[in-house]
Amino acid sequence: MAESNKELLVRSVFKRNPIALLVLGICSALAVTGQMSTALVMSICVTLVTAFSSLTISIVRYQIPNTVRIGLQILVIATLVILVDQILQAFYYELSKQLSIFVGLIITNCIVMGRAEGFAMSNPPIPSFIDGIGNGLGYSFILMSVALVRELFGSGSIFGYEILATVSNGGWYVPNGMLVLPASGFFLIALLIWLIRTYDPEQQESQ
Amino acid sequence: MAKAKEHPLKPFYSVLVLAFACSALVAAAAVGLKPYQDENKSLDQKKNILTAAGLFQQDVSVDEQFGTIEARLVDLSSGNFVEDANIDLTTYDQLGAAKDQDNGRKIDPATDIAGIKRQEKYSLVYLVKDGDRFDQVVLPIRGKGLWSTMYGYVAIDANLNTIRGVSFYEHGETPGLGGEIANPRWQKGWQDKDLFDQNNELAVSVVKSGTQSSPEEQVHQIDGLSGATITTQGVDSMMQFWFGDHGFKPFFEQLKNGGLNG
Repeated sequence: MAESNKELLVRSVFKRNPIALLVLGICSALAVTGQMSTALVMSICVTLVTAFSSLTISIVRYQIPNTVRIGLQILVIATLVILVDQILQAFYYELSKQLSIFVGLIITNCIVMGRAEGFAMSNPPIPSFIDGIGNGLGYSFILMSVALVRELFGSGSIFGYEILATVSNGGWYVPNGMLVLPASGFFLIALLIWLIRTYDPEQQESQ
Repeated sequence: MAKAKEHPLKPFYSVLVLAFACSALVAAAAVGLKPYQDENKSLDQKKNILTAAGLFQQDVSVDEQFGTIEARLVDLSSGNFVEDANIDLTTYDQLGAAKDQDNGRKIDPATDIAGIKRQEKYSLVYLVKDGDRFDQVVLPIRGKGLWSTMYGYVAIDANLNTIRGVSFYEHGETPGLGGEIANPRWQKGWQDKDLFDQNNELAVSVVKSGTQSSPEEQVHQIDGLSGATITTQGVDSMMQFWFGDHGFKPFFEQLKNGGLNG
């Protein structure tokens, strides 16, 4: 059962991706994937928060009374999220303006709490930290894939650099308006899950 | 885990200890980073004022560019400049003033076409100097669109009639449709439009994209956004409100005789 640190890191990206296999953290995957730059910042924030909340909770796991463990996990996560939000506002103001409330909503991202409760509570600090990074990377992988499609076909650009010259900027490309809207993320995530599960049938749920 | 042997008070003090540690961390971050955050906010605002005035350059420091701009306070009802030593212009919170009992007023719903409910008594205006004369004035405006209140700046030429530029710095309109109000390409369409007609009546309007009209009308008509009817109407109402009697019109009347340099 015990996995090496490397396995912990790599398996969370593809083999048991938090979004694709567990279907957690969908909310922000829909909301911030309109542009690659916001998706990237969100990915980094979630990865850091997951890793450090898992680390912290794993360190104090013997001190956490069973009856109030969920509350304490939320407390640790919320603190980390506020720190991230404050730092963004201080040093990356433009990005924090674009992400607006979604940074704060990392608190409610089920991946963070899922890893804290499901892994960090019963494992030593270092594997917990690595597990957090791995799950963060898994989340990032899906987020960036969805954002790539949405930004390229919805706004004609990648990381804000124009690839397909859109009509409103005097070019030829008529952007796909649906991809600009958050709901389009549902379709893309569903397609990704389909792809991953076709490639790796083990992830399919049994009938 | 030794679930059964847990002391009944343990949950209380572990929560207390952790809560204390966490709150200390959060408080330290909030206080320690506040100066940077405030600086960012004011830089962002200055950048938008410069953008509206068409002066913003990417590679020059914002504060340096802002040197040619002088902030003043205007009493919206009388149109006079306010000379009050008690108000620090660099920290004057205009939106806060609108909500305040003493410094703001409730707008009569019948005249509240911009849908902002409350309005401040004093508004900041930014005079852009060119040498020793004033070149243009940048005015803050806001109003309701489809989903959100849109906040922006309009730059008016020293003749107090011609729009020199516009910028929107905060809105929550639909990305790709109403959200295009933030697109510099669309904002270019505002340049050289006149606010008032020969009879000094407010004539500017934001019209449905592609409307056919006579040349006399065209000089007052700003092309709206296609696919964003309600946002376009919101921007139009915002212009009607802020350049009407409850907005900056009294201020313009006061200055009219000699333009900004009078």
